[in-house]
Amino acid sequence: MRWLERVRIALRMLFHRQAEAARLQDELQFHLEQQINENAARGLTPDEARRAAIRSFGNPGLVREQARSTWNWNWLETLLRDVRYGMRTLMRSPGFTLVSVLVLMLGIGATTSLFTIVRAVLLKPLPFPDSDKLVMVYEHFRDPSSGTYFNVVSAADFVDWRRQTHGFEDMAAWRRYGFNLTGVHAELPEVVEAAGGSYNLFSVLGVRPVLGRTFTADEDRLEAGHVVMLTWSLFQRRFAGDPSILGKQIHLDSNSYTVVGVLPSWFTYPNARIQVWVPYAQTFPADLYAMHGSHQSRVVARLRPGVSADAATKEVSALQYQLHLAHASEPVAEDALYRPMIDDVVLDVKTPLLVLLSAVGCMLLIACLNVSNLLVARAASRRKEVAVRGALGGSRLALIREQMTESLLICAAGGSLGLLLSILATRWLASHWRNLPRSESIQLDGSVLAFTTGLIVLTALLAGLVPAISSTGKGVLGALQESSRSIGGSASRAWLRKTMLTAEIALTVILLVSAGLLFKSFLHLRTADLGCVTENVLTVKYGLPEKQYDTPEKVIAFHEALLDRVRRIPGVRAAALVSTPPGGGYEGDSVFTIPGRPAPTSTIEDDATTRTIDPSYFSVMQIPLIHGRFFTDHERLANYHYTIVNKTFADQYFPGEDPIGKRVNIAWYTNKEDFEIVGVVGDTLYDVAKPVKATMYFPILAGIPELTGSTTIMVRAAVDPLALSIPIQQQLAALDSTIPVYDVLTMQQILGLTTASQNLSATLVLAFAALSLLLAGVGLYGVLSYLVTQRVAEIGIRIALGAQRSEVLRIVLLDGLRPVALGLAIGLAGGATAGNLIRSILYGTSPFDPMVLVAMVGCLMLTAIVACAVPAVRASRIEPMVALRSE
Amino acid sequence: MGKPSDLVQGTLDLLILKTISLEPKHGWAIAKRIQQISNEVLQVQQGSLYPALHRLEQQGWIKAKWSETETGRQAKFYSLTAAGRAQLERELESWSRLSTAINLVVEGV
Repeated sequence: MRWLERVRIALRMLFHRQAEAARLQDELQFHLEQQINENAARGLTPDEARRAAIRSFGNPGLVREQARSTWNWNWLETLLRDVRYGMRTLMRSPGFTLVSVLVLMLGIGATTSLFTIVRAVLLKPLPFPDSDKLVMVYEHFRDPSSGTYFNVVSAADFVDWRRQTHGFEDMAAWRRYGFNLTGVHAELPEVVEAAGGSYNLFSVLGVRPVLGRTFTADEDRLEAGHVVMLTWSLFQRRFAGDPSILGKQIHLDSNSYTVVGVLPSWFTYPNARIQVWVPYAQTFPADLYAMHGSHQSRVVARLRPGVSADAATKEVSALQYQLHLAHASEPVAEDALYRPMIDDVVLDVKTPLLVLLSAVGCMLLIACLNVSNLLVARAASRRKEVAVRGALGGSRLALIREQMTESLLICAAGGSLGLLLSILATRWLASHWRNLPRSESIQLDGSVLAFTTGLIVLTALLAGLVPAISSTGKGVLGALQESSRSIGGSASRAWLRKTMLTAEIALTVILLVSAGLLFKSFLHLRTADLGCVTENVLTVKYGLPEKQYDTPEKVIAFHEALLDRVRRIPGVRAAALVSTPPGGGYEGDSVFTIPGRPAPTSTIEDDATTRTIDPSYFSVMQIPLIHGRFFTDHERLANYHYTIVNKTFADQYFPGEDPIGKRVNIAWYTNKEDFEIVGVVGDTLYDVAKPVKATMYFPILAGIPELTGSTTIMVRAAVDPLALSIPIQQQLAALDSTIPVYDVLTMQQILGLTTASQNLSATLVLAFAALSLLLAGVGLYGVLSYLVTQRVAEIGIRIALGAQRSEVLRIVLLDGLRPVALGLAIGLAGGATAGNLIRSILYGTSPFDPMVLVAMVGCLMLTAIVACAVPAVRASRIEPMVALRSE
Repeated sequence: MGKPSDLVQGTLDLLILKTISLEPKHGWAIAKRIQQISNEVLQVQQGSLYPALHRLEQQGWIKAKWSETETGRQAKFYSLTAAGRAQLERELESWSRLSTAINLVVEGV
């Protein structure tokens, strides 16, 4: 039981240190007394006896220390002593300590926060079993302008892929869908986002329902009876989590659906807005389900063990080529492409997130360099003290350890505050970042804590090691001599500090340039011209259930009645209908041919996005007529086969020709029809961040049923447009109380939604850059002030010998601006690289935007000059007599 | 006069353990005893005696007890523990192996 005994001793030593120390003291005292007694017995006088004893005993303090050093917990005692000493020295310069702690708090806090999000969104595996085996398979279109294009898949292609390939264990498909969920009892109707999933989707993903079952193969057919699975959130919200809902009917678009299962609460794929799942095949009209040219679905595939995604997709590609040849008249891709499912989920946020993480990392590095610089300055001013302690026997290791403890203390304080800050910052970011995928998995966990701890140690090393080694480096004598002569001497340390300063400025420039580019992109987006009026416009979206509104006459009657009622609401200037408003997103393309022209040779067919409108739309939205005419009022009532195109369409397909009177042959699913172009109107953007697309407009009331899914009523108001939302909804309800409205938004809000995430990243990066600029300024000022203090005597002598004060000013300024210039040059080169890396999230800005570069360099130079000028002016005012006396 | 550093590495532990193997002794007595027995050749410095005593105590090989000396003053007396006795056996054995080996080399050449 020796170990038990040792533990007992160790514990006694831990808890009775003071008593043990007293006993040791007593023990040594006894030894000394015995020696004195012996000496006295040999005939020495008491005084001599004592002195001889002490001589032979050696340094009692040292003996005591050596004995104590064998004790357990000695390391703890040393640490505590170092910490106490470090705290005392830090408290002696509270300003320095406060600045350093705050700087590191911001740096570590922001980095931890971004890491928490990046880990949850980009690094954690998807919540499905063996999720690394899941890939998304797409049709591969070759676009001459943008290269490879991942295109969504047609239902018919998916059915053939699944049946005829073997590389994947299984393949499933899903597509988005929308429903009007009407009350089972007397509840209000609501629009729910839905998805159609093939019956095997949940087994491919590895998801089991918490209640009931998933769809059967038999239910996943066009003609099968209606069944539905509820997501957990709808189950809780609408049905109070009552499990007896299984087997009951709910009403979607006035059809009854039998509830067969409830999905687990963590299942939010593809996003949390999807509320119900129905069988895939049932979301298609029969002809569309059989068409190879209508691309609507996403395909999820699980790899067979031992088969690579490349090999499995190659087989699909080969099949796709056969399909391409077999359906030459339809837009069918020549081959297929895949993307790991995790990449697919985070596609839109990966670059912005990595940019933000790099930006905070950059800021943390700058903060580190700054603290390091401040520590070097302090170490230098304590050089004499350190040298004296070195001369008295302090080991170099102990001195380095002491200084490292100091840097560790600062970093630990900054880091723990930063961790608190990051909890708030993460919560804020996750709630302000719209459409951030997987945001439900964001949480502070062990790995984040480990990351922060690592970060603290790393920053402590980065910030502390250089000053610690440099200040204890030279021989003791050298240091003592040097510190008695303040001229020159510390040239090597000045060099070190200038190098760190150069690095700091280079990093700041990189951050500034990137921030400038992002900010300019954002300004572009905010001021982007949608091509129509956006002030005082309210949009209200609604959908007519196909079951009740099954003839064009009923649809026309409803729309006309609604427009008529809305136009009579006080405060309404004008109202019109459109299938999707400008800025409201991309709704897919229609493919067409131009009669009399040879068919295009590439897989990219002539295509244009389509919008359906009522005749007053262009005048209400102030979209200019360039050529030809608008639709006339009577053209909405029957199908006249007329179309209006936008300017981009005319330029793209009829360059140098007059498109008026030309015909386009459009494939409406299986039947093709000719439309005559009667007008050309100005361009509008479907997304402010995307280039204009060729667009065709058709009359909404003319009964092109395939194009009239949901409708948006656009209202221009004389008053605050939001004040009109309730009156408009009342008029809708008066016409048909079962029709819910959704997305009641002003045009300004639509613009805000699409620019929200750019807004957020631009603002954040700009904030980081501004902070870094401030840090660089503080660093520059600190270094120069220190150098001036070091050279007080030298400058004093120069002035005494007749140097002009302006000359002194010039020398000190140049001294400071030289590392700035070097840092600027390096930073601009780095900034160009960074700009290139973030090219994909820039909008309307080149990575080498001269205005941004000039503005950012200007900012930096201004900060640098201010930071240098203060110490320079102070140097030029040195009184020679005072300076020389201080020597 | 031998300095502590002249002691063969590790022999101080052996000397201390051996010295207190018969009866408990305080630090001063241990130093004195080693000095006397070795005919004043080995003189243990306090600078190494006390660290060694404390180290041995931490190891659990010796234990300390405060009791009265013949002059009536309280002093710290060290004695061997059971583990210390075993350690002494080991140290003696390794010492005899080492000294035999050194003798062989010194006399054999």
